[in-house]
Amino acid sequence: MADAVLFEFLHTEMVAELWARRPDPSPGGQKTSLSVLEGMGFRVGQALGERLPQDTLAFREELDALKFLCKDVWVAVFQKQMDGLRTNHQGTYVLQDNDFPLLVRMASGLQYLEEAPKFLAFTCGLLRGTLNTLGIKSLVTASVAALPACKFQVVIQRA
Amino acid sequence: MSRPAHGRPGYHKISKDLFVLTYGALVAQLCKDYEKDEDVNKYLDEMGYGIGTRLVEDFLARSCVRRCHSYSEIANIIAQVAFKMYLGITPNVTCNNLSRNEFSLILDKNPLVEFVEELPAGRPSLCYCNLLCGIIRGALEMVHLAADVTFLQDRLKGDSVTEIGIKFLKKLDEKKYRQKK
Repeated sequence: MADAVLFEFLHTEMVAELWARRPDPSPGGQKTSLSVLEGMGFRVGQALGERLPQDTLAFREELDALKFLCKDVWVAVFQKQMDGLRTNHQGTYVLQDNDFPLLVRMASGLQYLEEAPKFLAFTCGLLRGTLNTLGIKSLVTASVAALPACKFQVVIQRA
Repeated sequence: MSRPAHGRPGYHKISKDLFVLTYGALVAQLCKDYEKDEDVNKYLDEMGYGIGTRLVEDFLARSCVRRCHSYSEIANIIAQVAFKMYLGITPNVTCNNLSRNEFSLILDKNPLVEFVEELPAGRPSLCYCNLLCGIIRGALEMVHLAADVTFLQDRLKGDSVTEIGIKFLKKLDEKKYRQKK
């Protein structure tokens, strides 16, 4: 879909821009860039969450909200469903995407593994932001074993 | 029982909203990082250029446009095919000079500013949509056309319309083409 392509290209430029303009290769500098991307994703996720059809937002259980993320939200944003969802039923969820669109353009396998976190930070924020709009506070991190497959770990924060 | 997720009007809009909202977050971040409007405009243009150089391939693959023989054909394709395909709008095209190498795209609607009512405070010279200029410039360069692309008018700055000016810099060999007739 043409809109999706625009977002993908914009995302790639954003990642490149943040790394080019912050020539601080120290772990501290990198962390800042990642958190800037995550923060942007969070704001966008919140705004997206507010635009979701209201009748879909009544969840009886936390798990339903996560399933909603994996199916409806993922399809709306990435034109595919999440490939797997696991939970320990104690507030930790692992969302598995075997073919994550924002990683697909990079070479597959183990090349560029180091670069992968940059391409996941925004989406982690997006997930956290959308969940926030659904009334769920969380911490979202991502890990990549081999491109383009990745996992998003959602840990619910209880007050 | 699962509901089919795609095709529902609510969700289709989300995909377009994603780009527009992300763009808004990007502009906000650049405004945080750079004090001068010129710098933000410059980086938006550069990022647009990077996108344009890659977007043109995607565009050519989806649209199967044929080889153009004049700048006005190109301007029309940008407005009627490309803008329609990626942003869902068709700007009007006007030609601004007798040599027929300067054109304007008049945007009546602009999805990029759907959630923006006015320029951020203290940013009077911000070209909010400057990414678009860079995209057009980058795309044209990939098909070997050099052009200056800038905002001539901007609704966010109080003008009545938003107008993008495209000035083609290198002439196509029009004389040669005319002689062949």
